Amino acid sequence: MDWRDEGLLLGIRDHGESSAIIDVLTVHHGRHSGLVRGGAGQKMSAVLQPGTQLALEWRARLEEHLGHFRVEPLQSRAAGIMAGRGTLAAFNAMAALIQALVPERAPDQGLHDASVALADALAAQAPDWPAIYARWEVQFLETLGFGLDLERCAVSGAPDGLAFVSPRTGRAVTREAGSPWAGKLLPLPGFLIGRGEPSAAAVVEALQLTGWFLANRAVAAMERDALPEARERLLRLLDRAAAAPGGG
Amino acid sequence: MTGPGSEIERLIELMAKLPGLGPRSARRAALALVKRRERLLLPLAQAMAEVAERVALCEVCGHVATGPRCGICTDARRDATRLCVVEDVADLWALERAGVFKGRYHVLGGTLSALDGVTPESLRIPELAARVRAEGVVEVILAVGATMDGQTTAHVVADYLEGTGAEVTSLAKGVPVGGELDYLDDGTISAALSARKAF
Repeated sequence: MDWRDEGLLLGIRDHGESSAIIDVLTVHHGRHSGLVRGGAGQKMSAVLQPGTQLALEWRARLEEHLGHFRVEPLQSRAAGIMAGRGTLAAFNAMAALIQALVPERAPDQGLHDASVALADALAAQAPDWPAIYARWEVQFLETLGFGLDLERCAVSGAPDGLAFVSPRTGRAVTREAGSPWAGKLLPLPGFLIGRGEPSAAAVVEALQLTGWFLANRAVAAMERDALPEARERLLRLLDRAAAAPGGG
Repeated sequence: MTGPGSEIERLIELMAKLPGLGPRSARRAALALVKRRERLLLPLAQAMAEVAERVALCEVCGHVATGPRCGICTDARRDATRLCVVEDVADLWALERAGVFKGRYHVLGGTLSALDGVTPESLRIPELAARVRAEGVVEVILAVGATMDGQTTAHVVADYLEGTGAEVTSLAKGVPVGGELDYLDDGTISAALSARKAF
């Protein structure tokens, strides 16, 4: 068995003295692990940093085997991502969510492309990276089969004035229709439906919205205990930024 | 052919687990020890027994020590107001080899890793914050690796140190001494360019 592809490096673990097992989100082969001989050595340490886009050649005797990767760097993003505390936390959250909730070897080019776009924005220290991250989580939920329906109101069918999301159905509700149950509904920040600016407070609201469905739907479906700590850390970081003077 | 006795096999098996040694090189090393019984085998066995009996981690900084506190923590000439945070004892030794840092250290014992279950508590990060408060430290230098794991750990350490009053600094990143740009990776060049300074 062998194939060639490219992918975004999500994580790396040393294996033995000099090898490493890498976890990559590939274009055509989904999230895929494999052994890289010499991957734990000094020569490869700069190449095998999470965030790097790799050209991959995978070989194994049988398809179900872990297999070996031969890798070549296509684009290095680690230095750019590490340049900011928030961008590093966001990348860690994205990688941890994919590693925790996406089954291995299930191809999804949409998830790959969205994740690469987010990694590019983080590496470039794009000023609006928190909003890009929040939109990535909305798309991530869709990838996992728990997509939100933010097109029109679940009660009235109106496309305007959407202000809440039902935690039970994941469907949007207008302010008018949802007011009686406002305490039980999740606030929908406007920027997720193309209305309003993604302020720090709105991004936190968006992450609380996606976080509810990730924690109560996706985590349960994948039989995990909780959301990854890296995702919690990002939320704390953004929450603090929103609470700071001028952050909201 | 008769193989070596079970004691030698056990020695080879254990030595093969050491970094840099495999079964073949462990076999050669074991044979060398047996051949140099008086000069090598017995002194080595004695030295290892002494280390096993006496060496432990310093209760303050996590460096290896022959008592409750290591030589650096008990050295009154070292600047107790500056702490250098390193991932591992090997990193502390590298800094000591350079001989330029005269403060004290705090050895984390690794980097954070959710996959491997390494938490701030298992890295002695809360102890670091308590130490900074108790010892009146004015500067904490984060000398962790320029890797995603290392930098994530550095940010978590910085979070724990908030409110202690100590200035948190980190090592510069860029072109190493003797390094030629042509051989550097994109990330290092990018970091070096971002951190450029007046010449």
